[in-house]
Amino acid sequence: MKSFKEKLTERVFLLIALSTLSVLALITVFIFIKGMPIIAKVGIINFVFGMKWAPSQGYYGIFPMIVGSVSVTIGAAIVGVPIAICCSIFLAEFAPAKLRNIFRPAIQLLAAIPSVVYGFWGVLFVVPAIRKYLGGPGLSILAGSIILGIMILPTIISITEVSLLALPRHYKDGALALGLTQWQTIRSLLLPAAKSGIVAAVILGLGRAIGETMAVIMVLGNAVALPHSVLDPVRTLTTNIGIEMGYASGEHQQALFATGIVLFVIIMILNATAQYITRKR
Amino acid sequence: MKMNANTSQKIAKFTIWAAALFVIAILFSIIAYILVKGIPMLSWEFLTDIPRDMGRSGGISSSIVGTLVVTAVAVIVATPFGIGTAVYLTEYTREGRITRIIRFSAESLAGIPSIVYGLFGFIFFVIYLNMGWSILSGGLTMAIMILPTIIRTSEEAIRTVPQLYREVGFSLGLTKLQTITRTVLPSALPGIVNGVILSIGRCVAETAAVILTAGSALRMPESLFSPTRTMAVHFYILAREGISMDNAYGTAALLIILILLLNVGFNMLVNRFIAKGR
Amino acid sequence: MKKMINTSKLVKRIKISACAVILTLSMGLLSGCNQEAESDTIVAGSTSVQPYAEILAEAFMAKDPVAVIDIQGGGSSAGITATQTHSADIGMSSRSLEEGEKDLWSVEIAKDGLAIIVNPENPVKNLTSDQIRDIYAAEITDWSQVGGTKAKINIIAREEGSGTRSAFTELLMGEKEITPKAIVQDSNGAVRQLVADDPNAIGFISLGLVSSEVKALNLDGVEATRENIMNNSYKLSRQFLFVTDGEPTGIQKSFIDFTLSSEGQKLLSKEGLIPSAEGASK
Repeated sequence: MKSFKEKLTERVFLLIALSTLSVLALITVFIFIKGMPIIAKVGIINFVFGMKWAPSQGYYGIFPMIVGSVSVTIGAAIVGVPIAICCSIFLAEFAPAKLRNIFRPAIQLLAAIPSVVYGFWGVLFVVPAIRKYLGGPGLSILAGSIILGIMILPTIISITEVSLLALPRHYKDGALALGLTQWQTIRSLLLPAAKSGIVAAVILGLGRAIGETMAVIMVLGNAVALPHSVLDPVRTLTTNIGIEMGYASGEHQQALFATGIVLFVIIMILNATAQYITRKR
Repeated sequence: MKMNANTSQKIAKFTIWAAALFVIAILFSIIAYILVKGIPMLSWEFLTDIPRDMGRSGGISSSIVGTLVVTAVAVIVATPFGIGTAVYLTEYTREGRITRIIRFSAESLAGIPSIVYGLFGFIFFVIYLNMGWSILSGGLTMAIMILPTIIRTSEEAIRTVPQLYREVGFSLGLTKLQTITRTVLPSALPGIVNGVILSIGRCVAETAAVILTAGSALRMPESLFSPTRTMAVHFYILAREGISMDNAYGTAALLIILILLLNVGFNMLVNRFIAKGR
Repeated sequence: MKKMINTSKLVKRIKISACAVILTLSMGLLSGCNQEAESDTIVAGSTSVQPYAEILAEAFMAKDPVAVIDIQGGGSSAGITATQTHSADIGMSSRSLEEGEKDLWSVEIAKDGLAIIVNPENPVKNLTSDQIRDIYAAEITDWSQVGGTKAKINIIAREEGSGTRSAFTELLMGEKEITPKAIVQDSNGAVRQLVADDPNAIGFISLGLVSSEVKALNLDGVEATRENIMNNSYKLSRQFLFVTDGEPTGIQKSFIDFTLSSEGQKLLSKEGLIPSAEGASK
């Protein structure tokens, strides 16, 4: 028999939970309501695949920005994933305990650096280097990929390391007992066994990369055109919102919310995929 | 030619160590560069004087205050609601479809780009609710932004508390509330605090969500309705506009130091707490 | 069990401090409500006008300690929109008002030149209006086509809501559009920095912001100076406007009056702007 006080506490917690969830629902609903009219007007195909973004003339095609987001994110993965996996293996296998206690907080610190500092560092070092040695204006997909690749390292490393450590000890022991070297064990046994965790980590890293705004506004060049090479400037979905939200009104503003909807959907798909993969094992 | 197992081991070891050192080098170069250029700027005047001449001279006291207050608003608003929701989800409901949907939603919302929160905050708080560019607009926007993270980390922390703790509580005759507050929550505290500290770090470093909600005014804010320029925003504007690179570095250095303190402070807190109790 | 008691004390302390903080916060909130929370006068808009508005505000607040003026950037269109939605009390614009904006009250506070800038290493010293237009429309793509070394021209523009960009488009682009391939930066300073770093870049910024890091081009043979704007030989100039929703009142009016007064105009001239016709007449 629940006493009155018990029922009251339960109600209070329920109230807290409901108000929280309704606030979170509010933002979702708000974004969808604000964004849907323009998608309805322009048509989802024209919006997502439209090549021309010129709000002052009524063109709301976000395809150049989608290409921008995707190319920079894939670039970030190419730069970041190999390094991240190496670092995870380092933490799980090669690092002596003392070094581990330094390296792990170091990775956390990497995650805590403000994105504007990353962007600034990129403008100071990465962009001029690209301009000088590779050509082009320097503000480019490549610059964005490098910066984002570094920024998503902590995300991928932390989850991958956990996956590696979660593997049963006897996997490794058995392999070593059979005479395999450490690397052989890692390559043919541990990595494949941790595969789903690694894939989930990478997907979450991609989600982080797609959502980044400030660092990339500074290094991408923000041109609203389809890139032809990694040395070309691009604009992503996020930087488009960031640059234009101060002054957008009417349909233009709706189009920015609609871009938000697209980002929402992308993140949800990424999260659902990551969850599905981790549950599968 | 098939590679000798020992050779591949050597190459792999070399590559992996190289990768780790490379990451440390990058971390070091970013932080060292900012600190070396910025710490010389951190005089008493810099910390206590307000920006003058658009930030070309003077200090950053208004930004420091602005950053602290906006973060405080966000954390104070979000933490009770976040922890309370987590408690409800784990203690009062059964594991089922609804909790899984809620958990998935919290995960997804935690991944939404901060610029989208900024867009929402700008249109909803600044314009629609007519709060204008203010600490309140910025703080509430960030509160919504960190809520999913706090819910998620708190829920995880609470869920890992062994059922035994709760059973002991009941067997001692404690009410559910007492069990929660005296056994479950304290045990989950490191994880919860971890989530809160992470969120504080995120608030301090955030730019996209604040620049159009808390505004970019340079004066010392007087009330929760005053606009303010957080340190991250101030750094962004100074660096972008090339107004004063020295002051930009000083601001960034202070930011980094603050973040270092947060991270280090948390680690020490957790270690002391765990060492004390176990 | 010792652990449970120790930590419950900690939890209690946390709860008490949380309550205290919440209490302080609510008091802060209430006090904020009691004050005329809207007493801050918000001036928002053009990033080109912003530095000058800041200087004016500092001087104005020094004279009138009660007044509180906050300057916010965002771009000309943002400022005009903010004025319409009452997020701002005064809007700053570096372009003329468009169709949907004409019902706002506006006054010119100064004239500003628009400079076309290139890297100091660039041998090109002069361009015609047509050449600039064709460069920005991406019809001329190489510096060698206009007398420079053989290199691809990196075009830099401001964002669409920028008054500087609108002024540039109005004055120089004619029927053609700025190519979407142009690099976009969100402030004068960012454009200037980029041009200073990139030997092949071209950009446009406020004349008052030209520094030794960049080189301002001559337009059709005319040097970009304040004098040449005032005698109308240098054609690229635009108005800086303050706009309000309806006739300005109270602090709005005082601040605008100050800006147009001889003291205010002198401040602006010192910073490189050209005094407005209104100001000159006062």
